[in-house]
Amino acid sequence: MDILFLLIPLSVALVLFILGGLWWAVEHGQFEGVESEGERILRDD
Amino acid sequence: MNLPNMHAAQYNDTVVRQFSIAAVVWGVVGMLVGVFIAAQLAWPELNFGIPWLSYGRLRPLHTNAVIFAFGGCALFATSYYVVQRTGQVRLFAPALASFTFWGWQAVIVAAAISLPLGYTTGKEYAELEWPIDILITLVWVAYAIVFFGTVGLRRVKHIYVANWFFGAFILTVAILHLVNSAEVPAGWMKSYSAYAGVQDAMVQWWYGHNAVGFFLTAGFLGMMYYFIPKQAERPVPSARCIRTGCPSCISGR
Repeated sequence: MDILFLLIPLSVALVLFILGGLWWAVEHGQFEGVESEGERILRDD
Repeated sequence: MNLPNMHAAQYNDTVVRQFSIAAVVWGVVGMLVGVFIAAQLAWPELNFGIPWLSYGRLRPLHTNAVIFAFGGCALFATSYYVVQRTGQVRLFAPALASFTFWGWQAVIVAAAISLPLGYTTGKEYAELEWPIDILITLVWVAYAIVFFGTVGLRRVKHIYVANWFFGAFILTVAILHLVNSAEVPAGWMKSYSAYAGVQDAMVQWWYGHNAVGFFLTAGFLGMMYYFIPKQAERPVPSARCIRTGCPSCISGR
């Protein structure tokens, strides 16, 4: 099971990357006005 | 006035159309192979004693065809379609996008030839031998550049939720492929896994489980979050639900 020394740190790194993405999204207003954004796609083409 | 053909010049739908047609074709092919091998379970003589028609060689042809050829082309088509329209911008690097189409078809054809000939790594959903794995890597890097490049060029500040699912599936599949398909070549169509025994089994099913979880789940959720609201002419009811669920789901895998 030594491979867990690779898989677990790799997965932790991935989670940190995802959390970083989540932080970016919150900081850059991605969660503002989500309802209107949901309706925006209905107005396109 | 918003006439449909006004967008013909605005979006790159050529590559979308190519992948859409390919998805239909490979879906039919892959499922026909599936029906054939299912019949072999009842009537084993349907292999006619020919190695290229044997169950062991045709089964991975079926799985690769329905997952990567059919599913893959559908994901390429829809992700390229959705990322352009939700970002109100044309696809980034159209030459690379075209390369992803032809490169992916080359991977599929290489699979269709090599698998019945018996070339296999023996790793489920990762049967393709090392030269094809390299081609897959090249196509996938190009895909990431096109997709994320288009997101970066968007004219709408908000990144529509479907794109988060597509982006997650693209990144995680890249990691899964690189880790699980690490292998040492020992001939043009023969390699040995970088892992052995229990270690290899762990890596293989970490790959397999997450391949179905990201390629077959997250990617298709991205598709769903755009096309179902569009078809129903109603927005997704709860944004709160998705914005909690999406990162949680990915972390959980």
